Amino acid sequence: MTRSDVTIIGAGPAGLAAAIEAARAGAKVVLVDENARPGGQLFKQIHKFFGSREHFAGTRGIDLARKLCQEAQELGVQLVLDTAAFAIYDGRIVAGTTPKGTVQIESERIILATGAMENTFSFKGWTKPGVMGAGAAQTMINLHRVLPGSRILMVGSGNVGLIVTYQLLQAGADVVAVIEALPKIGGYAVHAAKVRRAGVPILTSHTVLEAKGEPEVSSAVICQLDDFKPVAGTEREVEVDTVCLAVGLTPLAELAWMAGCQCEYLPALGGFVPVHDERMETTVKGIFVAGDVTGVEEASTAIEEGRLAGIAAAASLGLLSPDEAEERMTAAWERLAALRMGPFGEGRQAAKEQLMKVGKAG
Amino acid sequence: MRVLDHPILGRLEARRKVTITVDGQPVEAFEGEPILAALLAKGIRVNRITKKRHEPRGLFCGIGRCTDCVMVVNGVPNVRTCVTPVAEGMTVETQQGLGKWGKAK
Repeated sequence: MTRSDVTIIGAGPAGLAAAIEAARAGAKVVLVDENARPGGQLFKQIHKFFGSREHFAGTRGIDLARKLCQEAQELGVQLVLDTAAFAIYDGRIVAGTTPKGTVQIESERIILATGAMENTFSFKGWTKPGVMGAGAAQTMINLHRVLPGSRILMVGSGNVGLIVTYQLLQAGADVVAVIEALPKIGGYAVHAAKVRRAGVPILTSHTVLEAKGEPEVSSAVICQLDDFKPVAGTEREVEVDTVCLAVGLTPLAELAWMAGCQCEYLPALGGFVPVHDERMETTVKGIFVAGDVTGVEEASTAIEEGRLAGIAAAASLGLLSPDEAEERMTAAWERLAALRMGPFGEGRQAAKEQLMKVGKAG
Repeated sequence: MRVLDHPILGRLEARRKVTITVDGQPVEAFEGEPILAALLAKGIRVNRITKKRHEPRGLFCGIGRCTDCVMVVNGVPNVRTCVTPVAEGMTVETQQGLGKWGKAK
């Protein structure tokens, strides 16, 4: 059995940041990921982040991933890749499955940074080849450099829908329209403007009724909505070979559930999420959380939460003095507060506060 | 279809090519890419046929979570093609239902 001070599950932005902070404080860190390389979803984010410089504005996700991976490596973080963590026993043993069998890692502290998965929704024909998650399409074009289709209908105008639309255009596909069930666009205005400048219409109060074609998608039927109800007579068939669904994400909280961490249902954060305190510790002592698993946000917020969890885990092992830990955590909290400002961040900020209130009361 | 030129990512780097067999036909692939990507590059989007209703399925999540893209690979059914890299000489078959175990390689 492998032993470590801190075992982190998930090597995306949150997990990498947690690993870096814990290792910098002197902890022996093991970072587990089911993929063949670390970086999580950052490697498909080829767009530049915005905000302020300390939030990596102007940096592309792919470059940030390389930087974080290099830093973790330099600090001696032990990467355990191709390993899907499937269980936590006694709050301290992580079990994982690899192509060669199972492994166990015993550690003093565990940080769950398992991320989130895409939501879907069902309509007639939604199981046909050609209907897929927007993130799936993004993985294919940016990571594997293949197009999953050539004429695309994007369902959902949140940031994922808008950004992936633009990236599909960059990869050489046609996006015939972005449709949105709500009466207004979900994502940032800058992303929406970019999509519109490229000539892609964004149709609000619209949904998809059916994906047609045998055996794969060759068209889709869309229609207008009035208060989320289809308006009769507005149906029209659009010629597309691909329908991408960008309808939100759900936190991957299974391991937290299994370990006995209390979870709360907070729609603003994407569903059931593990309750945590200001040190990112869950209701199970020694198990911390960071990133999308405890509320779907962005890579930049995931990094800050990862830092908090890494610092807190190291401090709880006596590797940082209370003053040092306090100072570093305060700085991270200030950056998080800045990231959660504005009309898009406020809802998440309020939900996060509620989550931590439960954590304190717990 | 491959994304050969990309405004951000640049030109697709030349990689070693391997040949795999898909439903009896040779298909050229880049070493290390997922099976699914090699198939998409050739425009193949149906990976399996469901057991009960005999419906086609293909790429859905692309990260090994949904299992919609599973195929019979080297005689082993239910292999997630979106997270399994190709290798020289690999045989890949469209999976019928739950798939049949074949001759392992």
